[in-house]
Amino acid sequence: MSTIEPKKTELPIYTAKDFTTDQDVRWCPGCGDYAVLSAVRKALPDIQRNKEDFVFVSGIGCAARFPYYMETYGMHSIHGRALAVATGVKVANPQLEVCVVSGDGDLFSIGGNHTIHTMRRNVDISILLLNNKIYGLTKGQYSPTSEAGKISPTSPAGSIDFPINPIATSVAAGCTFVARCLDVDMKGMDAIIKRAMDHRGTSFVEVYQDCNIFNHKAWFYASQKDTMPENTIKVEHGKPLIYGKDRDKGIRFNNGRPEVVTIGTDGITESDLIVHDETDMFLASMYAQMAHPEFPEPMGILHADTSKPTYNDLLHKQVDDAKAMGGQPDLQALITGTESWEVV
Amino acid sequence: MPTEQSIETQPTTLDSVVIRFCGDSGDGMQLTGGQFTDTSAIFGNDFATFPDFPAEIRAPKGTTFGVSGFQVHFSSEHIHTPGDRVNAMIAMNPAGFKMNIMDVEPGGIVIVNEDEFTKNNLTKCGYLDGYNPIDDDELTNKYHFVKVPMSRLTRESLADSGMGAKDINRCRNMFALGIVYWLYERPLETTKSYLNKKFAVKKGLPEVAKINIRALEAGYYFGETAEVFPARYRVPKAKHEKGTYRQISGNEATVLGFVTAGQKANKPVVYASYPITPASNVLHGLAHLKRFGIKTIQAEDEIAAICTAIGASFAGDIAITGTSGPGLALKGEAMGLALMLELPLVVVDVQRAGPATGLPTKTEQADLLQAMYGRHCESPLIIVAPRSPSDCFKMAIEAVRLAVEFMTPVIYLSDGYIGNGAEPWKIPNLESIPDIKITHPTKEDSGDEKFLPYARNPETLARPWAIPGTPGLEHRVGSLEKEAETGNVSYDPDNHDMMVRLRAKKVANAAASIPLLEVDGDSSGDVLVLGWGGTYGSITTAIEQVRANGHKVSSAHLQYLNPFPSNTEEVLRSFKKIVIPEINLGQLSVLIRSKFLIDTIGINIVKGKPFKVETLVERITEVVKS
Repeated sequence: MSTIEPKKTELPIYTAKDFTTDQDVRWCPGCGDYAVLSAVRKALPDIQRNKEDFVFVSGIGCAARFPYYMETYGMHSIHGRALAVATGVKVANPQLEVCVVSGDGDLFSIGGNHTIHTMRRNVDISILLLNNKIYGLTKGQYSPTSEAGKISPTSPAGSIDFPINPIATSVAAGCTFVARCLDVDMKGMDAIIKRAMDHRGTSFVEVYQDCNIFNHKAWFYASQKDTMPENTIKVEHGKPLIYGKDRDKGIRFNNGRPEVVTIGTDGITESDLIVHDETDMFLASMYAQMAHPEFPEPMGILHADTSKPTYNDLLHKQVDDAKAMGGQPDLQALITGTESWEVV
Repeated sequence: MPTEQSIETQPTTLDSVVIRFCGDSGDGMQLTGGQFTDTSAIFGNDFATFPDFPAEIRAPKGTTFGVSGFQVHFSSEHIHTPGDRVNAMIAMNPAGFKMNIMDVEPGGIVIVNEDEFTKNNLTKCGYLDGYNPIDDDELTNKYHFVKVPMSRLTRESLADSGMGAKDINRCRNMFALGIVYWLYERPLETTKSYLNKKFAVKKGLPEVAKINIRALEAGYYFGETAEVFPARYRVPKAKHEKGTYRQISGNEATVLGFVTAGQKANKPVVYASYPITPASNVLHGLAHLKRFGIKTIQAEDEIAAICTAIGASFAGDIAITGTSGPGLALKGEAMGLALMLELPLVVVDVQRAGPATGLPTKTEQADLLQAMYGRHCESPLIIVAPRSPSDCFKMAIEAVRLAVEFMTPVIYLSDGYIGNGAEPWKIPNLESIPDIKITHPTKEDSGDEKFLPYARNPETLARPWAIPGTPGLEHRVGSLEKEAETGNVSYDPDNHDMMVRLRAKKVANAAASIPLLEVDGDSSGDVLVLGWGGTYGSITTAIEQVRANGHKVSSAHLQYLNPFPSNTEEVLRSFKKIVIPEINLGQLSVLIRSKFLIDTIGINIVKGKPFKVETLVERITEVVKS
């Protein structure tokens, strides 16, 4: 029987290059996916794991080509099913660091069911959603995250579908780690990816990713030098919700609802602002509903709850407990059963 | 337990008896039938059972669509089917009576709980006003009626128990079973011990165990003292080969087969499934066997179940997913993924009658072509089919063995009839079952050369099963077409053509690893009856009868449907006529005709039930005589 080798105490020193395959990357020039690929390759050397313990799993879509470019174990599966496959990998071998990279169609349309159920089970998997709000690989149809009214080949008169909110869905499904970042914010993404992989349980990271062919500028309201400070807010655990080019804006509660305020006017000070607590599920629900243009869109680790056991731990615990209680399993006794008889 | 002296006359000895218990789905008929079977098994009869129940869990009480039945055939001879004709029926209510009386042989014993044949209950199941079948002269002359006020007698016998009316009422089935135990000279011990274990030990309800046992005894004494039966019957022990035996249903045997396969492969087993009749109890069974390293996953849907299994296989566990026909359809795309990835996977399909939701609790063999062709593009995989409840054990192990030997998905086609039906099983010695050898490559195997995930074993054409966590063998697999050897994405036309053929050849090559098709009877002649899967019992019994009637006929039964055993064509060409009985409209015929250009004569009946032996005898005899 092949068992997982006990890990060497000293890990090799890796660089991003160690995680780069010999395959040509086939995304369109200028695609936001490059930034994510680069960020992940850079982040992995800092995660205290052997290279052979990483498994990248994807579904179908542009983003889903990701595993082919990672010099780790990987599987490019079928449309929507990456999380189910990843669950199986983790169930078979909980020692592995399993990461799913896929798009908005894969994770929230055809595979939406698995997204919800993986999260509620808290399988120890990291999920990177590369959300470009469009179907790129099939040439530009609207996606489940496209805004209502979106003009696309399948919605020439404007999409009549209202979009799904990935963060709200994750929070509702009980996801224990929920984060969001911009494809252009390499530093922010790096920190989030590391935390996501360290997290025990399902971690979900929504990346606002630009498809420069079919949905260019979809995130420009949040991703540009001038728009980022005004239209996004970086949340940090234990710190008040402050944003703006001049760091003069904040979010406070007004009658139980978040409200944008300006520090220094109407007697408002920092102490009036909401302080981010990543363990607080109620705050996470609030962040999920904060949307442009009424609010700056929250970026960073919106929620992290380490109190919930993981599915794979619980599953293996049941197996281990059964083994401990049952003693040496006696297969002959099992197949003989309790009601056998002898023919002499 | 009454003593031998209490029997006044010598019982009549019979070779075989078929009993059917029927009543409302809340009447405990499955339990009652199961107990009669356990007792007969331990007594030493050969037996075969046929549980027949509705899809509704508790249909409105007393209606015909809520009728649940359990048929058991027990014998001193070697038998293969639950029997065509019922010799004795126990009907707990008018609806049960109405739905089952036509299967009772003329002159057969019909025991009814007459208390339930009230105006109200008769109306509920559609009898005309004022008509009561148990008072109908035509029927009472045709059958031997035994009308027993079971509800009242159960109540009276438990009146001093201090238990409530509801609990007491629930003991009627044990009263009925007591009568039948008396009638067929069965000991009560097995059931008493079962009731004690079920109620007193497991549920902590010793008083419930007690009243059930008292009702059982009351029924037994009633049989003895009431003098309502023409005779008492004895079915002697069967002459089984020496050994240890147990009763086993197909789904139980499937569970044990997979556990054994995991142990023989020295590997954990992942069984990912979504509940579906009639496959659910494979998941139930395995969920209780965690101590054998079995990991069961109740997935959120059929597709998640197979994909989870595929992930587990990629990471190195024995991976199995289970379902029935509708679920197999949902798993189609993922089966294509598994065969593209060339990962071992077993897909269990306990077939049921359909299409769509169809008749979920009834049996059928109509998923053969779906198993064979129900995927997009060129996607052959191995198909095996157990032929009887106990054969499920062997074939489940075979499915795992073939999957890992050839690095391919294997479909395991059981059916509702053998899945739920039970028979005696001579328990194999585990040492006689060979190990399943699995090797995972390591970096040392490929040395300084780059690891090639799609390199081939020259004999089997299987690729290496390198698992995540192995240093130096990092590689990607995927659903896109792959370049030979490297497994890299390839759009090269010639490469695709080559890979399509290679995957087909690999499956075809498995023929070298499966047993030859055996012929029962002369190896050449006029007529060969060819069956597959769960119809083995009916066909074998029919063949025995056709021969006993003085006709010459041979038979063969396929347990491997893709690839066929390598001598299949040779066997078929040794006969002038090939008769194929199937519980579908001729799916094996389609395969045989297209593969071998050999014509076939189908016997196709699709009623959601196993074949009646007499029908097969009649139809086979027609062909033999023509």
